[in-house]
Amino acid sequence: MADDEDDIILSELNDEELVEQMHQDLYDGLKEEIEEGVNILLERGWQPYHILTKALVEGMRVVGDDFRDGILFVPEVLLAANAMKAGMAILRPLLTDSDAPPQGKIVMGTVKGDIHDIGKNLVGMMMEGAGFEVVDLGINTDADEFMAAIDKHKPDMSGMSALLTTTMPYMKVVIDTLKEKGIRDDLVVLVGGAPLNEEFAMAVGADAYCRDAAVAVETAKTMMARKHNQMAKT
Amino acid sequence: MRERKPSLIIACGALVREIRDVLGANRLGDIHLQAIPALYHNRPEKIAPAVAKRIAEARAHYDQIFVAYAECGTGGELDRVISEMGVERLPGAHCYAFFTGVETFADGADDMRSFYLTDFLVRQFDSIIMKGLGLDRHPELRDAYFGNYEKIVYLSQAPTSELMEKAKAAAGRLGLGFEHRPVGYGDLESVLDDRFARI
Repeated sequence: MADDEDDIILSELNDEELVEQMHQDLYDGLKEEIEEGVNILLERGWQPYHILTKALVEGMRVVGDDFRDGILFVPEVLLAANAMKAGMAILRPLLTDSDAPPQGKIVMGTVKGDIHDIGKNLVGMMMEGAGFEVVDLGINTDADEFMAAIDKHKPDMSGMSALLTTTMPYMKVVIDTLKEKGIRDDLVVLVGGAPLNEEFAMAVGADAYCRDAAVAVETAKTMMARKHNQMAKT
Repeated sequence: MRERKPSLIIACGALVREIRDVLGANRLGDIHLQAIPALYHNRPEKIAPAVAKRIAEARAHYDQIFVAYAECGTGGELDRVISEMGVERLPGAHCYAFFTGVETFADGADDMRSFYLTDFLVRQFDSIIMKGLGLDRHPELRDAYFGNYEKIVYLSQAPTSELMEKAKAAAGRLGLGFEHRPVGYGDLESVLDDRFARI
């Protein structure tokens, strides 16, 4: 590889070219190149938050758009996500609250009886990239676990994922439990997963259906802005 | 007297062999079969539009149209389409459910960590699973897809020694345990028998 004359030497690129190359490397799922690019930008004095947003989050936005348009498929998205995770692993310990205002906190999990987590993990990664604090409860999460986490972490939002038509009804169990405890209005409830749709989300009492990770992030931002506006008025 | 038109089954390509087995040569003359690519298993958003197109094209030529798909992860889209077009489909969420028997499958709460293979998926394991999920080029994705599963459950329709060996080999390649359940044709057989006996 080092002898291939077409190989790009990342350190020889200027900042703009390097960021653009990192977008391409992210798109191609090149984990080691992303790690190298992140380290080069850090050495050049870039703020970790700007590397996260301009190189990684922006790169994943293109991946998300092309996935939605049917140009990229799940394997490519997973590889890109793995590359982004590798970059974030370098940046995470360097990011501080002063870099960017925290957007909010979300407790999320795949519901009881369901072990699928690819979508949930993508949402979690993109949420973190967008500045949200993410508490990931993992898979097969029952209502008691959701309630315990909500009680402990006092999140702004809760996110539920399901990939099976047989498990998605459990989302209503969780939401009904929130109502029974009198805390339904304390947080925004987002739901997602392949068998879901808008109609289902409304029927179970969720606030929004998010069809992919990019929509989940935008919906979360919108909901938080709405919440802050309401708080400012009171 | 109006000449009677044949019946049509619009099927997932993964079910064609089994449908032929169930209906047998005697009834296949009156029942036509059209297949939609089984690869849409990995692209469920393509199923409903493909089925809608086939139904629209076929209407004028057939007295009866039946859709041999389960819900198949279409998010309600397939049901919306067939409801609008006045057509019925096979029961259950996936072929795993109707091959097992939908009610029996629903009781299988302990199967949460099982990944199901049918005869078709065993035959086409390389193309649908390994290539379809990119595992042939990127084996590092194995954990992302299968990290939460514990075993392969082979729901066989007409198992042969060759299929059994392939199914076991598939489990080995994915690093999962293996279980064989000879379920046969399940609700596919009972529904097609009932449906086309009524014609």
